[in-house]
Amino acid sequence: MSRALPVLTVVLVIVAIWYAATVWLNAPWARDQAARAGATLTTIELVADAMAQERPVLPAPHQVAAEIWKSTVETRLSSKRNLLRHVWITLSATLLGFVIGTALGVGLAVLIVHNRAADMSLMPWIVASQTIPILAIAPMIIVVLNAVGLSGLIPKALISAYLSFFPVAVGMVAGLRAPERLDLDLMRTYAASRAQVFWSLRLPAALPFLFAAMKVAVAISLVGAIVGELPTGAVEGLGARLLAGSYYGQTVQIWSALFAAAALAALLVGLVSLGQRVVLRRMGMRP
Amino acid sequence: MSGAAATARLALLGAAALALGWVALGAAQGGMPGWGWAVALAAWGCAWAWVETAANAAPGRLMRLAIPLAFGATLLFLWEVVTVGAQAPAVLLPPPSMIGARLAGSTAILWADFQQTFLRAVLIGYAVGCGAGFLTAIAIDRSPFLQRGLAPVGNFISALPIIGIAPIMVMWFGFDWPSKAAVVIVMVFFPMLVNTMAGLQASEPMQRDLMRTYAASYWQTLFKLRLPAAAPHVFNALKIASTLALIGAIVAEFFGTPTVGMGFRISTEVGRMNVDMVWAEIAVAALAGSAFYGLVTLLERAVTFWRPAARG
Repeated sequence: MSRALPVLTVVLVIVAIWYAATVWLNAPWARDQAARAGATLTTIELVADAMAQERPVLPAPHQVAAEIWKSTVETRLSSKRNLLRHVWITLSATLLGFVIGTALGVGLAVLIVHNRAADMSLMPWIVASQTIPILAIAPMIIVVLNAVGLSGLIPKALISAYLSFFPVAVGMVAGLRAPERLDLDLMRTYAASRAQVFWSLRLPAALPFLFAAMKVAVAISLVGAIVGELPTGAVEGLGARLLAGSYYGQTVQIWSALFAAAALAALLVGLVSLGQRVVLRRMGMRP
Repeated sequence: MSGAAATARLALLGAAALALGWVALGAAQGGMPGWGWAVALAAWGCAWAWVETAANAAPGRLMRLAIPLAFGATLLFLWEVVTVGAQAPAVLLPPPSMIGARLAGSTAILWADFQQTFLRAVLIGYAVGCGAGFLTAIAIDRSPFLQRGLAPVGNFISALPIIGIAPIMVMWFGFDWPSKAAVVIVMVFFPMLVNTMAGLQASEPMQRDLMRTYAASYWQTLFKLRLPAAAPHVFNALKIASTLALIGAIVAEFFGTPTVGMGFRISTEVGRMNVDMVWAEIAVAALAGSAFYGLVTLLERAVTFWRPAARG
């Protein structure tokens, strides 16, 4: 049995539950409106109304799909109402943060593997740094950097970098230590220098770990960019769409921003997986 | 290096670092003179050498704890000396002493925020979300069809920025803590579900066959073999969820709260440029987060005492 059928079933069930919930949650408002107008609704009218409200408690899936279609395809790209524009702004911060975070994580991991003092003093703090709700500092970083004159892309990217360096650092440390005693001893019999051991043994052994860590890092980097957009007065980006939607009760807009974020996350993780498959196959490893 | 020589060197370096650090801190008050920076640098160098020596001297249990603590203290020292000595504006980065004073001075507010955010939203959401994820995994355990369908979907949802549902939850459940607990529940549910499902597959066929030869029922096998085998996975999820829960509750408060709560305090005090209060709140969050994580780890060691990694 392939996986397509079960997954499809689960997704269909979720959509069905969603439609049922739409009717259930939006019906009170529809009934209320009808009672004020002095009319009574038949069941069919009630269901139809529940799925076509302007500001529903829970928009129906097709409403969200229509909104996404309208705000991506039918709106000009230069317009502020275009969703793709907001996606691009969030994506650029995410990618910049991801690159900085990955570089930082790899650098720290190399330092930790090669220096005992760094290992013993840094590693516990790296782990502890993740028990701290980093995102709680996000608004402050944004506001403080704004006060210094840094605004726009960089502060958001820094938050993304802070979030994404951790999985990379931890994964890379595990990866660089993955070569077995036997392999390391073999390198010693070749009289390999530390740099040679690193480039021809440790780094190739660490790559599968690096890619697994990067998948987590890119997803969390997106979360960082979205949260980083919340406190800036909500101008542009997916986070800003969420905040603006919640201020004005535009539920359809919130849900479409959410789905855009989900699609973006899936796309980013998928791209990293693709890179993983290509690189590992070229290195002759089983992906 | 012999043990005695290393100990002597450690004592010397430690004393030097403390003394130099004390002098540098004294000099930093009211503008740092040029020699003060040199002293601070020397103190840093001594602390660095101390860590280096301690790390290379085959450290025992106590030293393994002391080294990261010394590193942390050095960081705090540098932070204090640089912010006070260079007279950095407090809005940019307040010195740790100022944050400490604020922490001690406003315990009442901090405690109220802690109660609202941590004791209500985080703990309740964490318990409900993790419990629901765990029970769902057990409920669908007997249906391979559902498992095959839910595992990819759950993995996919775990990677999504779920925090984005915060505004929706605030709209549905109001400004008070139930909406924050709801965000936490959704955030921790999927990691828990996916990990428990993976954990339930973790026992080996040989062990399951052994249980069958004992004529053990489904439930006996579950409780005596498969749940204990799943414990490492379950605790892994509990640890991930403990950090997610705190993040979820605090960020959800950015979207609307009653006038109490850690996220509320952070976002309003940032607006009023009371940065020391924000840092005090972050310190509380960091302590709470670390303590929460530590508790889960201790519990894990107690429950999975049979694992080699736990005996470590």
